[in-house]
Amino acid sequence: MVKYTVKRLLLLIPILLGVAFIIFTIMDFTPGDPAIRILGPESSVEAREQLRVELGLNQPFLIRFFEYIKDIVLNLDFGESYRTGNPVFEDVFARVPVSLTLAFSGMVLATVMGLPLGVYSAVKQYSKSDSFLRVASTVLVAMPTFWLAMLLILVFALYLGWLPSGGVTAGWMSYILPTITVGVPYGSKILRMTRSTMLEEIRQDYVRTARAKGVPEKVVIYKHSLQNALLPVITTIGTSFGAIMGGSVIAESVFNMPGLGQLIVLSIEAKDTPCVLACVLLLAFFFAVVMLLVDLFYAFVDPRIKAKYSK
Amino acid sequence: MAKLTFKSQKRKENEEFALAYTRGHSMTADIWRRLLRDKSSVVSMGFLCIIFLLAIFANLLFDEALVTAQDYSATNQPPSFEHWFGTDLYGRDIFIRMVFGSRVSLAIGIITMAASMIIGGLLGAIAAYFGGKLDGIIMRVTDMFMAIPETLLALCVVAAMGASAVSLIVAMTVASIPGNCRLVRSTVLGIVDTEYVEAARASGMRNLGIIIKEIIPNSLGPIIVVSTQGIANLMLTASSLSYLGMGIQPPNPEWGAMIAEAREYLRSDPYMCIIPGIVIVLTALSFNLLGDGLRDAMDPRLKD
Repeated sequence: MVKYTVKRLLLLIPILLGVAFIIFTIMDFTPGDPAIRILGPESSVEAREQLRVELGLNQPFLIRFFEYIKDIVLNLDFGESYRTGNPVFEDVFARVPVSLTLAFSGMVLATVMGLPLGVYSAVKQYSKSDSFLRVASTVLVAMPTFWLAMLLILVFALYLGWLPSGGVTAGWMSYILPTITVGVPYGSKILRMTRSTMLEEIRQDYVRTARAKGVPEKVVIYKHSLQNALLPVITTIGTSFGAIMGGSVIAESVFNMPGLGQLIVLSIEAKDTPCVLACVLLLAFFFAVVMLLVDLFYAFVDPRIKAKYSK
Repeated sequence: MAKLTFKSQKRKENEEFALAYTRGHSMTADIWRRLLRDKSSVVSMGFLCIIFLLAIFANLLFDEALVTAQDYSATNQPPSFEHWFGTDLYGRDIFIRMVFGSRVSLAIGIITMAASMIIGGLLGAIAAYFGGKLDGIIMRVTDMFMAIPETLLALCVVAAMGASAVSLIVAMTVASIPGNCRLVRSTVLGIVDTEYVEAARASGMRNLGIIIKEIIPNSLGPIIVVSTQGIANLMLTASSLSYLGMGIQPPNPEWGAMIAEAREYLRSDPYMCIIPGIVIVLTALSFNLLGDGLRDAMDPRLKD
């Protein structure tokens, strides 16, 4: 198990390098001259040329990429923001807590909502509550994040006045609506996934055997069926995390929260390439770590996989 | 009693199925008949037909100049007989803007889906069919792309290309290719080993011929289902990006951008944000339900 974990951690390196390369390449297509963006349009040609040499912008593409990675690995230097002039690392890291809090609370909400309701819906198939949950989850999956956010603001902030409509000044209260916004649509996805895998599982022969042996229904559902149905559900939860981080970009903009998502949007508008690059790299890094945790978690759920890992 | 009728219905279905084949009915007709039996699919198809017809014939039905014509004597008016969905902050008719906006939203969803399915599908099919090193390379590259959340990847491309309809399509195509590549690869992997592919190979068919004549038609089922639901997701992503100001630029009508414009008036004129949202939800919902229905119609065993 330890060996496998180490192996997977090492595998993270080429994936992250690949991610960095892809994003670096895409951002390299950004039109316009960074030197003009930093110095302003009135700057002299010589000053621009000098800055270009300083920033290494006159180097070939691959060397620039190599230098960029070297700076990150050796001194956590992501370059300087074109917009604020600060080191990007400072700007970005100040915003990490907000984004991570939102993404994790969204993921927890999605799981806590999707798993039990999915099991319930499958166990009570064709009942009224099952139909209700099916309809509700189908509608919620089809809802754009920003619109859900605006509806929540309209009802809970503007009409009822219970919760703040944006910012993070009200402590945990200000995270409630954003968490619902990012969590509920993916909770619905998890619900649908759990329901369909549970339905498949409770029709298996071993479940019939367990029931025939007189195993209590609760044990049959939670110990026998759910454990086997969990694998695809965990995959859905893991991949949802990436989508939740994407969704939190939108939620942060609607709720005006000082997170990475809002910074990405601001930086794109200002064509602040180093900042966009750093934000996306960081989010991709979190996503890769979560996917690794998901893979490791498989072993706890499925002894067959654990056996494979320890080989 | 209920069980009995269910059983007899099942038997009847099986008989029909067998009869259809003896009569020489095609598989497509069969799928179509099963699809028409599913209420939610029929309703979804009806709704989508209306939206498509409105989008296609928009300039015959309405005056296109009204889309951007500003009327300061009639700003922020709630829905009425004159303006079905009300008017926006410039006094433009929201219904007409929604109709013309549907062209943009539908076109973006469909073009992006087609482009990413063709590129991703080809890559996936090649990876699965030839296997070996080529498969390894293609899959490792898609792994790297999959490590970037889709919305972020799309945002990066928009950042590099500037906000416009074209860059929106390119961005979302790039972001959705890896997923489609994986889907087609796993579907094709299940087909490559079948007897009929082996038979085709034994009879001397070339690789390209086998891919076009055997593999593509047999993997179309899951691809159609995923594409239908993919259009819904892409429309949602496109509207989200436009909402962030990274997509269609005003004054061009786009559903997400229209909701973004209504943000300031959320308290005083909530209809400006609610009505376009409902239309987006209904459209995405219809594509999703139609996809579910198609899946059940193509493979009745999958139905829960």
